[in-house]
Amino acid sequence: MNEQMVRKPGVYLCKGCGIGEGVSVDALEQLATGDLKIQTCRQHDTLCSDEGVQVIAKDIADGTVNQAIIGACSSRVMSDRFNFNGTQVIRANLREQVVWSHPAGDEDTQMLAADHLRMGVAQASKTSAPGTAAEGDFSRTILVVGGGTAGLTAAKEAAATGHDVILAERSDKLGGWATKFSKRMPHLPPYRDPQDNDIDALIAAVETTSAITVMTDTIVTRTEGSPGKFAVTLSKGGTEQVEMIGAIVVATGWRPYDATKLGHLGYGASPDVVTGVELEAKLKAGPVGKKAVAFIQCAGSRDPDHLPYCSSVCCGVSIKQALQIVEADPDAMAYIIFDELRTPGTAEEFYRQAQEAGVIFMKGKVSGVDANLCVTYNDELLGDDIPLEGLDMVVLATGMVPNSTNIEIDAAPSGADQLLNDINPLSPFDRAITASVAAGDADAVEVKKAPPTGSVAAVEAVEDTAIEAPFPGGPILNLQYRQGPHLPVLADGFADSHYICFPYETRRTGIYTCGPVRRPMDMSESAEDATGAVLKAIQSLNNASEGQSVHPRVGDLSFPKFGLDICTKCRRCTVECPFGAIDEDKNNFPILNPSRCRRCGTCMGACPVRTINFDNYSVQMVSDMIGACEIPDEFSGKPRILVLACENDAYPALDMAGINRHEYSPYMRIIPVRCLGSVTTLWISTALEKGYDGVMLMGCKSGDDYQCHFVKGSGIAQERMSKVGETLKSLMLEEERVVVEEVSIADSKRVAELLTRFSDKITEIGFNPFKGF
Amino acid sequence: MSNSGPDSQTILVVGGGIAGITAAVEVAETGYDVILLERGPSLGGRVAMFNRYFPKMCHPTCGLEINFQRIKKNSQIKVMTMTSVSAVSGGPGNFAVTLETTPRHVNAKCTACGDCAKATEMEVPNPFNYGLNNTKAAYLPHEHAYPMRYVIAPEAASGDEGAKIKAACKYDAVDLEETSTTSEINVGAIIWATGWKPYDASKLTSYIYDQSPDIINNVEMERLAAHNGPTGGKILRPSNGEPAKKVALIQCAGSRDTNHLAYCSRICCLGSLKHAAYLREQYADAEVDIYYIDIRAHDKLEAFYQKVKDDDRVHFVKSKPGHIDIGADGRPVLCGEHTISREIYAEPYDLVVLATGMEPSSVDNLPALKLTTDEYGFIVPEMGDADGMFSAGVAGGPLDVSMSVQSATAAALKAIQAVRG
Repeated sequence: MNEQMVRKPGVYLCKGCGIGEGVSVDALEQLATGDLKIQTCRQHDTLCSDEGVQVIAKDIADGTVNQAIIGACSSRVMSDRFNFNGTQVIRANLREQVVWSHPAGDEDTQMLAADHLRMGVAQASKTSAPGTAAEGDFSRTILVVGGGTAGLTAAKEAAATGHDVILAERSDKLGGWATKFSKRMPHLPPYRDPQDNDIDALIAAVETTSAITVMTDTIVTRTEGSPGKFAVTLSKGGTEQVEMIGAIVVATGWRPYDATKLGHLGYGASPDVVTGVELEAKLKAGPVGKKAVAFIQCAGSRDPDHLPYCSSVCCGVSIKQALQIVEADPDAMAYIIFDELRTPGTAEEFYRQAQEAGVIFMKGKVSGVDANLCVTYNDELLGDDIPLEGLDMVVLATGMVPNSTNIEIDAAPSGADQLLNDINPLSPFDRAITASVAAGDADAVEVKKAPPTGSVAAVEAVEDTAIEAPFPGGPILNLQYRQGPHLPVLADGFADSHYICFPYETRRTGIYTCGPVRRPMDMSESAEDATGAVLKAIQSLNNASEGQSVHPRVGDLSFPKFGLDICTKCRRCTVECPFGAIDEDKNNFPILNPSRCRRCGTCMGACPVRTINFDNYSVQMVSDMIGACEIPDEFSGKPRILVLACENDAYPALDMAGINRHEYSPYMRIIPVRCLGSVTTLWISTALEKGYDGVMLMGCKSGDDYQCHFVKGSGIAQERMSKVGETLKSLMLEEERVVVEEVSIADSKRVAELLTRFSDKITEIGFNPFKGF
Repeated sequence: MSNSGPDSQTILVVGGGIAGITAAVEVAETGYDVILLERGPSLGGRVAMFNRYFPKMCHPTCGLEINFQRIKKNSQIKVMTMTSVSAVSGGPGNFAVTLETTPRHVNAKCTACGDCAKATEMEVPNPFNYGLNNTKAAYLPHEHAYPMRYVIAPEAASGDEGAKIKAACKYDAVDLEETSTTSEINVGAIIWATGWKPYDASKLTSYIYDQSPDIINNVEMERLAAHNGPTGGKILRPSNGEPAKKVALIQCAGSRDTNHLAYCSRICCLGSLKHAAYLREQYADAEVDIYYIDIRAHDKLEAFYQKVKDDDRVHFVKSKPGHIDIGADGRPVLCGEHTISREIYAEPYDLVVLATGMEPSSVDNLPALKLTTDEYGFIVPEMGDADGMFSAGVAGGPLDVSMSVQSATAAALKAIQAVRG
């Protein structure tokens, strides 16, 4: 609905599933048509039945109603039934959160149902159908950065799906590491023998595909814009060109761990101590001619002094190389010294093949390798330090380091701090920025005075200490984003994604990583990963051109709108956006890049002057919903508690409390929010001013294993609420009246307990003294 | 090449676990029609039955919730539960697929009000909890089921019991007359996401899984730890309901064993590390022994291994137990030899968890389905081949959740390429 259209809300009350028995639906109808001044209000025994749906559809068809407020089950169910081709539907959750979780016929249950209806009507009065943010021309070209197995596969698959591709490769030729390898690990049955390396065929396929433009000797020097409209500067041997790009696949791969740091394992002491990668070159050149070769696994991996993680492929690679050696020369001996032998899945057959072929596996930890190639290892089976002598080659199975930065270029001057910031979205570093910006006017002025060079300035306002980049090198894409040039990485240096269920979701929309830059993986897995990343890239550019959000609010057309007339340029929105969607213009006003935006509302929650809003989700809308509930006076003995619940996890958990018929305090008034990050402190103060006695925020887990779908919503909420605590104190209100709870979707029982306990606690503290004022 | 495109641009996804769900939503969100088949009554497959995921210890229902919302919003996805594939004919662009739908005895009018469950006293083993407890014969598969619709067990779908259940339903949603039906659909490409089942622990005869309720497998352990499991999330000894505080986890129970599963199932080590974490979270005095050959915490999951290893009440015992006895007190006693110290042990436990591996879900009529599999039953990866059929997730090999999602996303693109003409 656009603003000019007259709102014609209709209220439809279902009596099924116990609603009719639990509450007086007639009384709700009286409320709707009386106090709430709703012209059209109808009851039905089973609103989700064909006949029930028809009742609503008819009112919409004949123009009686253009907003349907449905008092029935939760919005999480029957959304396909209550779908009227774009007509706004507002759901008042009378089933799961009223009659299924509160006693039937009780006065408090009736009051709860009435407030749900009031909130629904208030919501309808403030929500509008979102308009589209898609304007101008959108590119459908996919840029692939990196020309190894993953990048080549990405290019080939994108072209095979009808997209033009630019494939940018840093070196002078395609193929990456695979061109240096003689054979590859098997991925086809019987999974027993090293397979031919088919990289040449893959290169040829890419080079002969007309939709793919291959650019070697090329790096990205600058990326501006957003999905569908990236302007990417490519530098080929120093000559720059700008290309319009729809989405980006980053397949920059890996490099072997620096073996010069492994002096204790003999690297550098003898030319016959080589890395696995160096041995590959020898194997590719022909028989290595060695009679006794020892492979040292986890050379620099799974070691807190070097790489903490397991590089996954090294066990399989050493097995392959050992097999190649013993198969080329039946007299040759190959020893593999390992801590844990890791050949997951059908690679176990490959391990078995090596054992049968006479490769000797020894469990132990190597303590040293000398210049005479004597390997000393602690044999776990024999329980002693054993020298292994008579070797003519020692191979260090070094691990994979992700190329999440380009080590061939220097770190960008403003890059180090942001890379550090990107490692852990909840790092103290980030908090420092947030704190400085949020601390009050004085600091905000301080920030405003700083030159517009991004968060560096904000940080310098807090502390002057130099920040050392955790990883060497410059940015891969050099994003011209307010939040810095890098792709966010995780603590181990691999490119984000943090999510198990959604491994392609990064914090930079429209940019997908694949292959070993994302996680250690072999060639066949890299190819598969690249194929998946291309699909996500295609979806992203499709969504951009339609003005829709990508995951997790896929299809959402709403986007935040900024009222710049009252914007104080405080930069909280640009700093706190988890996805780097908001930049600053030269006057320090925020500018949204809609197709980068995931529509979480973190900016809305951040804005101190509440001038960021969505058409269908706004500060005013929720404030009105809060204000719509009836607040009984203090003599009633009935407190009121506002619950702002994350719609992804907390809200479903509350629904499931109802499904399981767990009862909880009837004094709670629950409003779903997109993310706790979208919660503005104004809602808290509104609630307390209106006479609510307490406020509970329910969100997802924060911290290292954060489960927030928008990365840092609950962390930010905690930060903001700590400030509310001070305000409460100044108003002589108890701090305990406002709490943040981290809950999971599986907490259906716990949420009921939490609510009741909090309700009891509030009763104990006493009523809000501002009630009635 | 002629310019005639495929006859059908619809993609069929077989299997409604995490891989199938992912493949279906990724296809639909790219603008193609998709039919998602699930043999059981609700989507979610094995992951819905997990308590939490390693290494973040988060709940699978969290991601499933997002995926279910994606399905609900997308009119290009058609979900068919209680349905499996019995035959496939035709070829890429024009497959004729024969479907078999078994009765749920509850139709789309169901509102999930639960009156049918209240009406019956009959109970059946709860499939969601691997039969570790019972459920009413009219039941919602679980609190987070999608579709949120009840099921009437066949035992209760006739006679007086059936009549009682039917009479209780105000919405005319109970259909006692429903029978198995076959139907045929035309699709352009097929993604097989048929998943896995736990290796049958009773085949590991020396581990006497059938002889003691206190010897369970790893998927049952997930249910014991789950808040909506048979014990409400308390890890209790099935024999007597006492807390299980001294627990053995046996790795490679059937995996990496040419007499059983020759391959490594990849997830069991991490699964057991997670089980150790469950136990340590529940009981401050729990002692957990993990019997292992190699701990395969691949790639970044190594950090999770190290975290569990730092707990001095979790012990890693390099040994594959030879057999399990029942002690005088009824407790299972693990017997074997330490691989390193060569000491012989006979150690009693409150609970023994067999980390059984993943076996591909049985696909009985392979020729009729035109599938090529390896000797273990995993679908041979043939991506890029022109046969219009792809595998996603564990149907193609033992994978963890994240890798299954990755595989399913890739399969979605390959299937789209096969139907876009």
